[in-house]
Parts: sequence; structure tokens; C-alpha cells
Amino acid sequence: MLAKRIIPCLDIKDGQTVKGINFENLRSAGDPVELGAEYSRQGADELVFLDITASHEGRKTFVDLVRRIARHINIPFTVGGGIHELRDVDKLLGAGADKVSVNSAALRNPDLISEIAQNFGSQVCTVAIDAKFDGGEWTCYLNGGRIPTERKLFEWAKEAQERGAGEILFTSMNHDGVKQGFANEALRTLSESLNIPIIASGGAGAMSHFSDVFTEGKADAALAASIFHFKEIGIQELKKYLCEKGIAVRK
Amino acid sequence: MNVVIIKYNAGNIFSVDNGLKRIGIEAEITGDADKIRAADKVIFPGVGEASTTMAYLHQSGLDKVIVDLRQPVFGICIGLQLMCAHSEEGNVDCLGIFEERVKKFVPNNPADKVPHMGWNTVQHNGNALFSGVSQEDYFYYVHSFFAEKGKNTIATTDYIQPYSAALQRDNFYAVQFHPEKSGAVGERILKNFIELIN
Repeated sequence: MLAKRIIPCLDIKDGQTVKGINFENLRSAGDPVELGAEYSRQGADELVFLDITASHEGRKTFVDLVRRIARHINIPFTVGGGIHELRDVDKLLGAGADKVSVNSAALRNPDLISEIAQNFGSQVCTVAIDAKFDGGEWTCYLNGGRIPTERKLFEWAKEAQERGAGEILFTSMNHDGVKQGFANEALRTLSESLNIPIIASGGAGAMSHFSDVFTEGKADAALAASIFHFKEIGIQELKKYLCEKGIAVRK
Repeated sequence: MNVVIIKYNAGNIFSVDNGLKRIGIEAEITGDADKIRAADKVIFPGVGEASTTMAYLHQSGLDKVIVDLRQPVFGICIGLQLMCAHSEEGNVDCLGIFEERVKKFVPNNPADKVPHMGWNTVQHNGNALFSGVSQEDYFYYVHSFFAEKGKNTIATTDYIQPYSAALQRDNFYAVQFHPEKSGAVGERILKNFIELIN
């Protein structure tokens, strides 16, 4: 049976993981490769590395980092952040990333999704959507949730699928950082109206939130950051918990 | 040991090379027919579209080179599909090493997502390729097309319906999942191919 996936997300700046990620058994807590390898050992199913570097120099560092991750990590990983055009995708896949995640650039230029799918296949193309529930509907946001758009979540996700997205990574801005659970209702609507996998993001605070997002939210995968980085929840204990709840996970 | 990875117009070839490096194997990535023929072990990996990759294999003459190999050959992902008789992807005749045919997943209900993406279990028949691998172990898959079950099937996975997770005929082995992305158990498969298959 296809397992539900648990995906830690690491923010990267200038080639290092950002802020306070603390694993005392690692020599360098800031090294994304060591942290990623540790998550792989703990049983993470995939990893996401988000480049939040702004500078051009930092970008080059990120491509070098992707090359190092690909050499050392034996589970799939997605990279995102700062992908504007096909050339960026080519560079990152060439360095060994399994998938790329596009967000603002796809909203600004939806053809980018089609181009990625046509050139590299749908399976490499994750479309990330940041959306906020406001005034009775889910509005998509640009630039890490700073700029609202005319786009609505469900229609945009559908269009992304039609253009060739291989997965949708949906972050609820209402739930992100609040640690009260995922946006299960919206996730369920997404999952039931699309036929590509849905990754849930935003709101993980307890192990029960993960079982809820897989049963009520019908998500195929769940992504979280701080709750894993600060060891509030261990991946092994989370999987044991989900298994006891009758949810298929890779042990 | 001289291990060669076939270079052609498919993606993801370097990730198999990285996987081999992690188990201490230095492979040569080449499209050169003589080097491929001279290798002890040949790996035929990649992700891509069936009809465009087949067209390239025809044009380059690699199709005949692969079919005539007598040393152990290991197809991965699109490699497995191209070793089958025919693929619905681009409706193309493939290498015909396995008589099984490649079909597109057709979802039965909204819970059946395509591509089949993520970790799934494999029921194998004890073939040496799966030595030390339990029936509960998970492997990483990303694919929208699958090889049907047939007489060369040595392992199955159940997604929408049971299909060939692995095929074998004579010196030809192939898996649909990605051993190079399947953690420690995936590395075991790569090791088995290198060490146990002769």
C-alpha cells in the first residue's frame, strides 16, 4: 500500500540552514547535508530544501549545495526558492535535485509549469501555493505570502494540474505557525478534486494533527519544519503513532 | 569490476551514479557501444518519455547493443519500461527483452493519484536481486506508466492494480522503483545486483 509521506522542510540561506535548528549529535548543526542525512536516518520520506537567499552569490552556493545533497542523501529531495525560469530548473535538476518547487514565478507566469512538465516531465514539478482564507474564499499570495493575487486556490491548483504539475504543495497561511492543525477541509477539497498528490503544509503542532491531515484532509504527504527541527516531535515516534492509528507509513 | 551506466537522452542518470558511489562503486557513464559491450555489469537507468527515448536508442544504434548484451544488465524506471515489448506512452514498440507491455495507470477513484509517487511495498519471489529484502520493505516510486504482470515478473507492487515491480529474463534484470532513492534497502538492491548477479 502506498505510504503517506512525512517531509521535513529546511530553509537555507547562503548554503546553511537558518535559525536555531538543534541536533546536538551533529558536528555542524548548520550543515544542510548533515541535517538531511540525519532526517533520512530517522525515517523521513523526502526532504524539501528552500533557498531563501536573495543574493546572486548565494544562489551559486545553493546549486553547489544541491550537488552535495544529491551525492550524500539516499532519499528523494525537492528544492525551491528563487526559481524564475526554465534555466534555473535545468541547473537544479542538473545538480541532482529530484524535483523543483515553483511558487510565485508560476503565479506570475503559468507557462513555466507547462515548460517544466514538457522539458523534464510532470514528476519533477511541484507547484507550491500559499493561500489565505479570507472573506469566504482562499486567495493565493505571492512572495512568501506578502502580496495577494486575483487567483483563488482551487481554480489555480486545477490549472496547475492541467498544465502538468506533478504535485501540489499547499500552505495555509491561516494555519502556518499556529500549531493547531492543518487546513483539513481545504486539503480534502483539493485532494478530492485533483488527481495528483497533495502535500499539506502549515499548522503541525502535535502528532494527532498528522493523523487528522491524512484521514480528514486526505493529504498524500505532510510537510513541517520547526516541529521537527526543535525536536518537539521525532519522526520515528510520529511514524509509530500513525502506524498505531492504522495509517500506512514507511517504517 | 567494470560497471557502466548507459548514457542516453533520459534524465536522472547521475542520481544512479551517486547511489553507486555511496556503496563504493565507481561506474563509467557512457554511450559508447564498445565500452558498454566490454563492461562486467551494465546499468540502464533514467526517467523520461518512452517514445522519445526509444527514438534516440534507435538512432544511436544502442537498441541493438542493449538487446545483444550477455553480461548482467539492470534497468531502472524508464529502463525497465524500455526493455518491455511495447509502451502506451507515445504508443511505441520497445526493446522487447521482456514480452510484458507497458500501460498507463487509469484511476478507479479520486484516491488513486497519478503519478504513483512515494513509497510502496514490493512482493518478491525470492530472486537474488531481493536477497535480504523483506516483503514489508518500502521502495520509492515515481511513474505514470507500469509494466503489466507477466511470466518474467519477479516482484509485484499493488497500486490501482498489481503490476511488475521487477522483471527478469536470463541476464536482464529491471525494477520500476528507484533503488538509488530508496534509502538503505534501495542500496541493498544495488549491492545485490553488483555482488550477487553473475
